[in-house]
Amino acid sequence: AGLGGCLKAPAEGTGDNQDMQEKETVSPERAEEAKLKAKYPNLGQKPGGSDFLMKRLQKGQKYFDSGDYNMAKAKMKNKQLPSAGPDKNLVTGDHIPTPQDLPQRKSSLVTSKLAG
Amino acid sequence: MAGVAGGGGGGSNDFQWCFSQVKGAIDEDVAEADIISTVEFNYSGDLLATGDKGGRVVIFQREQENKSRPHSRGEYNVYSTFQSHEPEFDYLKSLEIEEKINKIRWLPQQNAAHFLLSTNDKTIKLWKISERDKRAEGYNLKDEDGRLRDPFRITALRVPILKPMDLMVEASPRRIFANAHTYHINSISVNSDHETYLSADDLRINLWHLEITDRSFNIVDIKPANMEELTEVITAAEFHPHHCNVFVYSSSKGTIRLCDMRSSALCDRHSKFFEEPEDPSSRSFFSEIISSISDVKFSHSGRYMMTRDYLSVKVWDLNMENRPVETYQVHEYLRSKLCSLYENDCIFDKFECCWNGSDSAIMTGSYNNFFRMFDRNTRRDITLEASRESSKPRAILKPRKVCTGGKRKKDEISVDSLDFNKKILHTAWHPMENIIAVAATNNLYIFQDKIN
Repeated sequence: AGLGGCLKAPAEGTGDNQDMQEKETVSPERAEEAKLKAKYPNLGQKPGGSDFLMKRLQKGQKYFDSGDYNMAKAKMKNKQLPSAGPDKNLVTGDHIPTPQDLPQRKSSLVTSKLAG
Repeated sequence: MAGVAGGGGGGSNDFQWCFSQVKGAIDEDVAEADIISTVEFNYSGDLLATGDKGGRVVIFQREQENKSRPHSRGEYNVYSTFQSHEPEFDYLKSLEIEEKINKIRWLPQQNAAHFLLSTNDKTIKLWKISERDKRAEGYNLKDEDGRLRDPFRITALRVPILKPMDLMVEASPRRIFANAHTYHINSISVNSDHETYLSADDLRINLWHLEITDRSFNIVDIKPANMEELTEVITAAEFHPHHCNVFVYSSSKGTIRLCDMRSSALCDRHSKFFEEPEDPSSRSFFSEIISSISDVKFSHSGRYMMTRDYLSVKVWDLNMENRPVETYQVHEYLRSKLCSLYENDCIFDKFECCWNGSDSAIMTGSYNNFFRMFDRNTRRDITLEASRESSKPRAILKPRKVCTGGKRKKDEISVDSLDFNKKILHTAWHPMENIIAVAATNNLYIFQDKIN
């Protein structure tokens, strides 16, 4: 069974018991890493700041430009604008988000069910 | 004060956790707004506040103990509820601002009213919660139903008298601290001076005075000149419980910096730097992600602090920077599941942790609605579950066990059967008694100890 309870800090600096136990086999973390790299070979090869950090800092960014939208509408005249497709947050290339694509932002005026 | 439950097997400190109450609906389909995002007891433990993704705050108050029901030790019932934050849109930056309450922190009580700070990603608000149980009657210029009286008809003056009325609890926003954070606020912490507090976002920490909303001082700024050089962000921050000049902040790289505001106005240079050395040969793609600290909490004594990373909880002695003094494995069995936990984003879940009142035990959440407690003295640990099945009044909670491989014993659950959608990220421990509040998605569970 896995390690439960407390590990007292060992005399040496490192505390990774896993390595000591599995000298012959690859550590579980390395095995998981190999699995991930097999599925996504391009992972972690982008230069610059970490992808996760950038994604975290940009949380909440939405791109609806009413100018683009109205110009596209004028160009297309009566035709339908292409809709967002399954991922409504993905805005790239020729796609211009339409008001219908943006999720409804309704504030919760309903009382919390915890208070019920 | 007793620590963690003992599951039988002797010991004078043995006690067990029992179900006390559960709040919230039993819906199969949980509305996103109902997901609880923060839980916090006040300083006396009489009030328990929750915040949710819908921007609402619900405060529960502990009932006075009833002599006729000696076994029920004060239940928590709804005291007040209000809409703290609303969704907003920053048109200039094309940024959606969620109304989700990230943190609630109570102020120490100074008069009859209660005050708390609640924050979403961008704005902190100071709320006053006050009781009204009297009403004035017998005004001269208006009738009891509020209609104005004709002043020329008034022939005598009377003194209005105060009459009792049904208790009304009102919440009003007293201060709005806005526009000070470019990035998303992850922490707020009230200073021991009871006058100031800090708010931290991914890259900056600001110091506020509770009375002043149009100014705040930036005390930490880790934004690099070139964003391409960004390597770490601030994940949590807290003031020391007694030393009003000291605070700590944790990072996504698993380090903690302690800063002393006496040394300089801008605390970019730390006074102490806490980091556990890592064996470079064990480094993997996941190492940095799972070392990211999701919560940091000082002990009540102020001597220690606790940090939560993805797989463990560590206790640090403030006098020793090079490694923690205690490390507790929360769910080590997940180490061999990191690939799928990365794919379903669970590896980025931010678990919180908390101390009990005497600092002898610590608690943190896990998946499958499990939560873990560690007794620092006996070194015993226990896994419990917040579930409707064990929700009978005063039912004793049975310890749970995860089977990591090989033969699964009866009553054990295998790692692959764990429900990763049932995460317990937020827990709170009463400041003095063995009462805990556990948020399981949209339900709030309250457990108490039962002395054998």
